[in-house]
Amino acid sequence: MDIFYPLQKIADFLTFSLLGLKENTHLAQSLNFFVYDSIKIFILLLVINYLMAIIRYFIPTEKIRDFLTKRRWYGFDYFLASAFGVITPFCSCSSIPLFVGFLSSGIPLGVTLAFLITSPLVNEASIAVFIGLFGLKITLLYVFSGVVLGMIGGFFLGKMGLDKEIDETIRKVIENGKLNQRLEIETKKLPLLVLLKQFWLEGWSLTRKIFVYVLIGVGLGALIHGFVPVGFFEKYLRNSSFWSVPLAAILAMPLYSNAVGVIPVMEALVQKGVPFGTALAFMMATVGLSLPEALILKRVMKTKLLVSFFAMVTLGIILIGYLFNFFSVKI
Amino acid sequence: MKIQVLGSGCSTCRNLWEAAKVAASELGIKDEVEYISGQEGIQKIIEFGIMQSPVLVIDGKPVMVGFTPDIEEIKKIIQENS
Repeated sequence: MDIFYPLQKIADFLTFSLLGLKENTHLAQSLNFFVYDSIKIFILLLVINYLMAIIRYFIPTEKIRDFLTKRRWYGFDYFLASAFGVITPFCSCSSIPLFVGFLSSGIPLGVTLAFLITSPLVNEASIAVFIGLFGLKITLLYVFSGVVLGMIGGFFLGKMGLDKEIDETIRKVIENGKLNQRLEIETKKLPLLVLLKQFWLEGWSLTRKIFVYVLIGVGLGALIHGFVPVGFFEKYLRNSSFWSVPLAAILAMPLYSNAVGVIPVMEALVQKGVPFGTALAFMMATVGLSLPEALILKRVMKTKLLVSFFAMVTLGIILIGYLFNFFSVKI
Repeated sequence: MKIQVLGSGCSTCRNLWEAAKVAASELGIKDEVEYISGQEGIQKIIEFGIMQSPVLVIDGKPVMVGFTPDIEEIKKIIQENS
Protein backbone atom coordinates (compact mmCIF):
# COMPACT_ATOMS: atom_id res chain seq x y z
CA MET A 1 0.00 0.00 0.00
CA ASP A 2 1.09 3.54 -0.68
CA ILE A 3 2.42 5.02 2.54
CA PHE A 4 1.03 8.37 1.49
CA TYR A 5 -2.51 7.00 1.24
CA PRO A 6 -3.71 8.86 4.39
CA LEU A 7 -2.62 12.13 2.80
CA GLN A 8 -4.84 11.44 -0.21
CA LYS A 9 -7.71 10.95 2.24
CA ILE A 10 -6.95 14.30 3.87
CA ALA A 11 -6.78 16.03 0.50
CA ASP A 12 -10.05 14.41 -0.60
CA PHE A 13 -11.74 15.39 2.64
CA LEU A 14 -10.58 19.02 2.35
CA THR A 15 -11.55 19.51 -1.28
CA PHE A 16 -14.66 17.38 -1.68
CA SER A 17 -16.22 17.29 1.78
CA LEU A 18 -15.12 20.44 3.55
CA LEU A 19 -15.20 22.80 0.57
CA GLY A 20 -17.90 20.79 -1.17
CA LEU A 21 -16.28 20.97 -4.59
CA LYS A 22 -17.51 18.63 -7.34
CA GLU A 23 -15.02 15.84 -7.87
CA ASN A 24 -14.48 16.22 -11.61
CA THR A 25 -14.17 19.97 -11.95
CA HIS A 26 -10.87 21.59 -12.92
CA LEU A 27 -10.77 23.60 -9.72
CA ALA A 28 -11.35 20.61 -7.47
CA GLN A 29 -8.69 18.58 -9.24
CA SER A 30 -6.15 21.39 -9.00
CA LEU A 31 -6.85 22.00 -5.35
CA ASN A 32 -6.74 18.30 -4.55
CA PHE A 33 -3.31 18.00 -6.17
CA PHE A 34 -2.10 21.11 -4.41
CA VAL A 35 -3.10 19.93 -0.94
CA TYR A 36 -1.82 16.39 -1.44
CA ASP A 37 1.52 17.31 -3.00
CA SER A 38 2.29 20.15 -0.57
CA ILE A 39 1.75 18.03 2.53
CA LYS A 40 3.67 15.11 1.08
CA ILE A 41 6.66 17.21 0.03
CA PHE A 42 6.64 19.06 3.33
CA ILE A 43 6.97 15.79 5.25
CA LEU A 44 9.69 14.47 2.93
CA LEU A 45 11.61 17.74 3.17
CA LEU A 46 11.56 17.67 6.95
CA VAL A 47 12.78 14.08 7.09
CA ILE A 48 15.52 14.49 4.49
CA ASN A 49 16.72 17.85 5.82
CA TYR A 50 17.01 16.33 9.26
CA LEU A 51 19.03 13.39 7.93
CA MET A 52 21.25 15.73 5.94
CA ALA A 53 21.90 17.91 9.00
CA ILE A 54 23.23 14.78 10.71
CA ILE A 55 25.40 13.80 7.75
CA ARG A 56 26.74 17.32 7.49
CA TYR A 57 27.69 17.37 11.14
CA PHE A 58 29.76 14.23 10.77
CA ILE A 59 31.19 15.05 7.33
CA PRO A 60 31.89 18.79 7.11
CA THR A 61 33.41 20.14 3.91
CA GLU A 62 36.82 20.42 5.57
CA LYS A 63 36.77 16.69 6.16
CA ILE A 64 35.90 16.03 2.54
CA ARG A 65 38.82 18.18 1.47
CA ASP A 66 41.22 16.34 3.77
CA PHE A 67 39.85 13.02 2.63
CA LEU A 68 40.49 13.91 -1.00
CA THR A 69 44.05 15.06 -0.39
CA LYS A 70 45.14 12.31 1.95
CA ARG A 71 46.10 9.87 -0.76
CA ARG A 72 46.11 9.39 -4.51
CA TRP A 73 42.77 8.25 -5.83
CA TYR A 74 43.62 7.48 -9.48
CA GLY A 75 40.48 8.99 -10.92
CA PHE A 76 38.20 7.73 -8.19
CA ASP A 77 38.41 11.23 -6.72
CA TYR A 78 36.12 12.52 -9.49
CA PHE A 79 33.44 10.20 -8.24
CA LEU A 80 34.06 11.10 -4.59
CA ALA A 81 33.98 14.85 -5.24
CA SER A 82 30.84 14.55 -7.31
CA ALA A 83 29.09 12.37 -4.72
CA PHE A 84 30.10 14.78 -1.96
CA GLY A 85 28.48 17.48 -4.04
CA VAL A 86 25.15 15.75 -3.45
CA ILE A 87 25.37 15.66 0.32
CA THR A 88 26.71 19.16 0.88
CA PRO A 89 24.11 21.85 0.89
CA PHE A 90 24.98 24.35 -1.68
CA CYS A 91 24.52 28.00 -1.17
CA SER A 92 26.01 29.68 -4.20
CA CYS A 93 27.67 32.17 -1.88
CA SER A 94 29.93 29.39 -0.60
CA SER A 95 31.17 28.49 -4.05
CA ILE A 96 34.16 30.84 -4.08
CA PRO A 97 35.61 29.98 -0.65
CA LEU A 98 35.06 26.36 -1.57
CA PHE A 99 36.70 26.63 -4.98
CA VAL A 100 39.73 28.35 -3.53
CA GLY A 101 39.86 26.08 -0.50
CA PHE A 102 39.88 22.92 -2.60
CA LEU A 103 42.52 24.20 -5.00
CA SER A 104 44.83 25.51 -2.32
CA SER A 105 44.82 22.19 -0.55
CA GLY A 106 46.14 20.62 -3.75
CA ILE A 107 42.96 19.09 -5.14
CA PRO A 108 43.15 19.21 -8.96
CA LEU A 109 41.00 21.72 -10.85
CA GLY A 110 38.98 18.98 -12.57
CA VAL A 111 38.01 17.34 -9.29
CA THR A 112 37.06 20.70 -7.80
CA LEU A 113 34.87 21.40 -10.82
CA ALA A 114 33.24 17.96 -10.53
CA PHE A 115 32.10 19.04 -7.07
CA LEU A 116 30.93 22.44 -8.32
CA ILE A 117 28.89 20.89 -11.15
CA THR A 118 27.00 18.35 -9.06
CA SER A 119 26.38 20.49 -6.00
CA PRO A 120 23.61 22.71 -7.38
CA LEU A 121 22.20 20.00 -9.72
CA VAL A 122 21.41 17.46 -7.03
CA ASN A 123 20.83 18.39 -3.42
CA GLU A 124 18.82 17.26 -0.45
CA ALA A 125 15.82 19.43 -1.19
CA SER A 126 15.57 18.40 -4.83
CA ILE A 127 15.86 14.76 -3.80
CA ALA A 128 12.97 15.17 -1.36
CA VAL A 129 10.75 16.77 -3.97
CA PHE A 130 11.76 14.18 -6.57
CA ILE A 131 10.84 11.27 -4.31
CA GLY A 132 7.52 12.91 -3.54
CA LEU A 133 6.59 13.48 -7.16
CA PHE A 134 8.34 10.78 -9.17
CA GLY A 135 9.01 7.95 -6.75
CA LEU A 136 12.21 6.28 -5.71
CA LYS A 137 13.31 4.69 -8.99
CA ILE A 138 13.26 7.89 -11.03
CA THR A 139 14.91 9.73 -8.14
CA LEU A 140 17.82 7.29 -8.14
CA LEU A 141 18.21 7.71 -11.90
CA TYR A 142 18.21 11.46 -11.46
CA VAL A 143 20.84 11.41 -8.69
CA PHE A 144 22.95 8.95 -10.68
CA SER A 145 22.91 11.06 -13.83
CA GLY A 146 23.74 14.21 -11.86
CA VAL A 147 26.75 12.51 -10.26
CA VAL A 148 27.95 11.09 -13.58
CA LEU A 149 27.58 14.48 -15.24
CA GLY A 150 29.78 16.04 -12.54
CA MET A 151 32.39 13.29 -12.86
CA ILE A 152 32.67 13.35 -16.63
CA GLY A 153 32.38 17.11 -16.91
CA GLY A 154 35.05 17.60 -14.26
CA PHE A 155 37.29 15.00 -15.86
CA PHE A 156 37.25 16.60 -19.31
CA LEU A 157 37.59 20.14 -17.94
CA GLY A 158 40.57 18.94 -15.91
CA LYS A 159 42.23 17.61 -19.06
CA MET A 160 41.79 20.85 -20.95
CA GLY A 161 44.72 22.59 -19.27
CA LEU A 162 42.70 25.43 -17.87
CA ASP A 163 44.71 25.90 -14.68
CA LYS A 164 46.09 29.21 -15.95
CA GLU A 165 42.58 30.52 -16.48
CA ILE A 166 42.05 31.41 -12.85
CA ASP A 167 42.02 35.04 -11.81
CA GLU A 168 45.56 36.29 -11.02
CA THR A 169 44.94 37.51 -7.49
CA ILE A 170 43.05 34.36 -6.61
CA ARG A 171 45.91 32.28 -8.01
CA LYS A 172 48.32 34.04 -5.67
CA VAL A 173 45.98 33.33 -2.77
CA ILE A 174 45.89 29.67 -3.79
CA GLU A 175 49.68 29.44 -4.05
CA ASN A 176 50.08 31.05 -0.62
CA GLY A 177 47.40 28.80 0.76
CA LYS A 178 49.36 25.75 -0.32
CA LEU A 179 52.24 26.86 1.91
CA ASN A 180 50.18 27.88 4.89
CA GLN A 181 49.28 25.63 7.70
CA ARG A 182 45.59 25.03 7.71
CA LEU A 183 43.57 26.63 10.39
CA GLU A 184 41.65 24.14 12.46
CA ILE A 185 38.30 25.00 13.87
CA GLU A 186 37.85 22.62 16.70
CA THR A 187 34.43 21.14 17.12
CA LYS A 188 33.48 20.33 20.62
CA LYS A 189 31.79 17.09 21.53
CA LEU A 190 28.23 17.90 22.37
CA PRO A 191 25.79 15.72 24.27
CA LEU A 192 23.42 13.75 22.06
CA LEU A 193 20.30 15.60 23.12
CA VAL A 194 21.82 18.98 22.31
CA LEU A 195 22.91 17.62 18.95
CA LEU A 196 19.47 16.25 18.16
CA LYS A 197 17.97 19.64 18.91
CA GLN A 198 20.58 21.33 16.76
CA PHE A 199 19.87 18.98 13.83
CA TRP A 200 16.18 19.64 14.20
CA LEU A 201 16.67 23.43 14.21
CA GLU A 202 18.88 23.26 11.16
CA GLY A 203 16.53 20.94 9.28
CA TRP A 204 13.53 23.01 10.24
CA SER A 205 15.05 26.32 9.20
CA LEU A 206 16.10 24.86 5.83
CA THR A 207 12.65 23.41 5.25
CA ARG A 208 10.95 26.65 6.19
CA LYS A 209 13.24 28.63 3.91
CA ILE A 210 12.53 26.60 0.79
CA PHE A 211 8.93 25.66 1.42
CA VAL A 212 7.69 28.90 -0.14
CA TYR A 213 9.29 27.82 -3.42
CA VAL A 214 7.69 24.41 -3.09
CA LEU A 215 4.27 26.00 -2.63
CA ILE A 216 4.72 28.22 -5.68
CA GLY A 217 5.97 25.30 -7.76
CA VAL A 218 3.25 22.91 -6.61
CA GLY A 219 0.65 25.62 -7.17
CA LEU A 220 1.76 26.11 -10.77
CA GLY A 221 1.94 22.35 -11.23
CA ALA A 222 -1.56 21.91 -9.81
CA LEU A 223 -2.94 24.49 -12.23
CA ILE A 224 -1.41 22.57 -15.12
CA HIS A 225 -2.77 19.32 -13.71
CA GLY A 226 -6.28 20.67 -13.42
CA PHE A 227 -6.64 22.86 -16.46
CA VAL A 228 -4.37 21.59 -19.23
CA PRO A 229 -5.97 18.66 -21.06
CA VAL A 230 -4.22 15.30 -21.02
CA GLY A 231 -2.01 14.81 -24.06
CA PHE A 232 -1.95 18.55 -24.78
CA PHE A 233 1.80 18.67 -25.30
CA GLU A 234 1.92 15.34 -27.06
CA LYS A 235 -0.02 16.91 -29.88
CA TYR A 236 2.55 19.65 -30.37
CA LEU A 237 5.67 17.84 -29.35
CA ARG A 238 5.18 14.63 -31.27
CA ASN A 239 8.52 13.22 -32.44
CA SER A 240 10.08 16.26 -30.98
CA SER A 241 12.34 14.63 -28.44
CA PHE A 242 15.26 15.47 -30.70
CA TRP A 243 15.10 19.22 -30.92
CA SER A 244 13.10 19.82 -27.78
CA VAL A 245 15.98 18.82 -25.47
CA PRO A 246 18.53 21.49 -26.49
CA LEU A 247 15.70 24.00 -26.81
CA ALA A 248 14.55 23.27 -23.24
CA ALA A 249 18.11 23.60 -21.92
CA ILE A 250 18.67 26.90 -23.69
CA LEU A 251 15.29 28.34 -22.73
CA ALA A 252 15.95 27.50 -19.10
CA MET A 253 19.29 29.30 -18.89
CA PRO A 254 18.07 32.84 -18.23
CA LEU A 255 15.55 31.52 -15.71
CA TYR A 256 16.84 31.38 -12.22
CA SER A 257 14.90 29.32 -9.83
CA ASN A 258 15.23 27.07 -6.93
CA ALA A 259 15.23 23.40 -7.95
CA VAL A 260 12.33 22.70 -5.61
CA GLY A 261 10.19 25.26 -7.41
CA VAL A 262 10.85 23.86 -10.89
CA ILE A 263 10.38 20.15 -10.18
CA PRO A 264 6.59 20.27 -9.52
CA VAL A 265 6.09 22.21 -12.76
CA MET A 266 8.27 19.70 -14.55
CA GLU A 267 6.22 16.81 -13.18
CA ALA A 268 2.97 18.39 -14.30
CA LEU A 269 4.36 18.95 -17.81
CA VAL A 270 5.48 15.33 -18.01
CA GLN A 271 1.98 14.20 -17.01
CA LYS A 272 0.62 16.21 -19.89
CA GLY A 273 2.87 14.64 -22.48
CA VAL A 274 6.23 16.45 -22.41
CA PRO A 275 9.00 13.81 -22.81
CA PHE A 276 10.68 13.15 -19.45
CA GLY A 277 14.22 13.79 -20.74
CA THR A 278 13.16 17.15 -22.14
CA ALA A 279 11.59 18.16 -18.84
CA LEU A 280 14.63 16.97 -16.89
CA ALA A 281 16.98 18.95 -19.14
CA PHE A 282 14.84 22.01 -18.52
CA MET A 283 14.96 21.56 -14.77
CA MET A 284 18.68 20.85 -14.61
CA ALA A 285 19.49 23.85 -16.81
CA THR A 286 17.41 26.13 -14.59
CA VAL A 287 19.34 25.21 -11.48
CA GLY A 288 22.75 24.32 -12.92
CA LEU A 289 23.26 27.10 -15.41
CA SER A 290 22.18 30.24 -13.71
CA LEU A 291 23.30 33.76 -14.38
CA PRO A 292 23.85 34.70 -10.70
CA GLU A 293 26.09 31.66 -10.29
CA ALA A 294 28.05 32.73 -13.38
CA LEU A 295 28.48 36.23 -12.00
CA ILE A 296 29.82 34.86 -8.73
CA LEU A 297 32.23 32.50 -10.46
CA LYS A 298 33.36 35.30 -12.78
CA ARG A 299 35.23 36.75 -9.80
CA VAL A 300 37.60 33.80 -9.70
CA MET A 301 37.52 32.39 -13.22
CA LYS A 302 38.75 34.00 -16.40
CA THR A 303 36.30 34.02 -19.29
CA LYS A 304 37.78 30.98 -21.01
CA LEU A 305 37.40 28.77 -17.94
CA LEU A 306 33.95 30.12 -17.16
CA VAL A 307 32.72 29.54 -20.72
CA SER A 308 34.25 26.05 -20.86
CA PHE A 309 32.63 25.22 -17.52
CA PHE A 310 29.19 26.33 -18.62
CA ALA A 311 29.53 24.80 -22.09
CA MET A 312 30.47 21.46 -20.56
CA VAL A 313 27.53 21.49 -18.15
CA THR A 314 25.13 22.47 -20.95
CA LEU A 315 26.41 19.66 -23.13
CA GLY A 316 26.07 17.18 -20.28
CA ILE A 317 22.51 18.26 -19.52
CA ILE A 318 21.50 17.91 -23.17
CA LEU A 319 23.06 14.44 -23.29
CA ILE A 320 21.19 13.38 -20.15
CA GLY A 321 17.96 14.65 -21.69
CA TYR A 322 18.60 12.61 -24.83
CA LEU A 323 19.44 9.48 -22.86
CA PHE A 324 16.25 9.68 -20.80
CA ASN A 325 14.18 10.28 -23.93
CA PHE A 326 15.96 7.55 -25.84
CA PHE A 327 15.20 4.95 -23.23
CA SER A 328 11.82 6.65 -22.93
CA VAL A 329 11.82 6.67 -19.18
CA LYS A 330 8.22 6.55 -18.07
CA ILE A 331 7.02 7.70 -14.72
CA MET B 1 35.22 42.89 21.94
CA LYS B 2 35.07 42.85 18.17
CA ILE B 3 32.35 40.70 16.62
CA GLN B 4 32.33 40.31 12.87
CA VAL B 5 30.30 38.34 10.38
CA LEU B 6 32.07 37.52 7.14
CA GLY B 7 30.04 36.63 4.08
CA SER B 8 29.67 37.13 0.39
CA GLY B 9 26.48 39.13 0.69
CA CYS B 10 23.92 36.36 0.28
CA SER B 11 20.77 36.13 2.36
CA THR B 12 22.15 33.39 4.61
CA CYS B 13 25.09 35.59 5.55
CA ARG B 14 22.80 38.49 6.28
CA ASN B 15 20.63 36.25 8.44
CA LEU B 16 23.64 35.32 10.55
CA TRP B 17 24.48 38.98 10.93
CA GLU B 18 20.96 39.71 12.15
CA ALA B 19 21.10 36.76 14.54
CA ALA B 20 24.51 37.84 15.86
CA LYS B 21 23.21 41.36 16.45
CA VAL B 22 20.31 40.02 18.48
CA ALA B 23 22.62 37.70 20.43
CA ALA B 24 25.07 40.53 21.18
CA SER B 25 22.39 42.93 22.36
CA GLU B 26 20.81 40.26 24.56
CA LEU B 27 24.20 39.77 26.16
CA GLY B 28 24.43 43.50 26.74
CA ILE B 29 27.37 43.98 24.39
CA LYS B 30 27.47 47.57 23.24
CA ASP B 31 30.00 47.15 20.44
CA GLU B 32 28.59 47.05 16.98
CA VAL B 33 28.49 43.73 15.16
CA GLU B 34 30.41 44.32 11.97
CA TYR B 35 29.29 42.81 8.68
CA ILE B 36 31.95 42.34 6.01
CA SER B 37 30.58 41.17 2.70
CA GLY B 38 31.30 41.13 -0.99
CA GLN B 39 34.84 40.88 -2.31
CA GLU B 40 36.33 41.91 1.02
CA GLY B 41 34.36 39.32 2.94
CA ILE B 42 35.31 36.55 0.55
CA GLN B 43 38.97 37.57 0.70
CA LYS B 44 38.93 37.33 4.48
CA ILE B 45 37.20 33.94 4.47
CA ILE B 46 39.80 32.64 2.03
CA GLU B 47 42.62 33.98 4.18
CA PHE B 48 41.28 31.99 7.11
CA GLY B 49 41.32 28.89 4.93
CA ILE B 50 37.61 28.35 5.49
CA MET B 51 35.47 26.96 2.69
CA GLN B 52 32.03 27.98 3.78
CA SER B 53 30.21 31.17 4.23
CA PRO B 54 29.21 32.87 6.50
CA VAL B 55 31.81 32.96 9.27
CA LEU B 56 31.45 34.41 12.75
CA VAL B 57 34.65 36.08 13.93
CA ILE B 58 35.41 37.25 17.46
CA ASP B 59 38.50 39.38 18.07
CA GLY B 60 40.01 38.23 14.81
CA LYS B 61 39.45 34.56 15.46
CA PRO B 62 36.90 32.52 13.49
CA VAL B 63 34.63 30.81 15.99
CA MET B 64 31.74 29.53 13.94
CA VAL B 65 31.32 28.48 10.32
CA GLY B 66 28.01 28.24 8.58
CA PHE B 67 24.64 29.50 9.64
CA THR B 68 22.57 28.61 12.65
CA PRO B 69 19.23 30.17 13.49
CA ASP B 70 19.81 29.28 17.16
CA ILE B 71 20.37 32.59 18.98
CA GLU B 72 21.15 30.80 22.27
CA GLU B 73 23.91 28.87 20.51
CA ILE B 74 25.42 32.08 19.16
CA LYS B 75 25.23 33.67 22.62
CA LYS B 76 27.05 30.70 24.08
CA ILE B 77 29.79 30.90 21.45
CA ILE B 78 30.22 34.63 22.06
CA GLN B 79 30.46 34.11 25.83
CA GLU B 80 32.96 31.28 25.50
CA ASN B 81 35.20 33.32 23.27
CA SER B 82 35.16 36.66 25.04
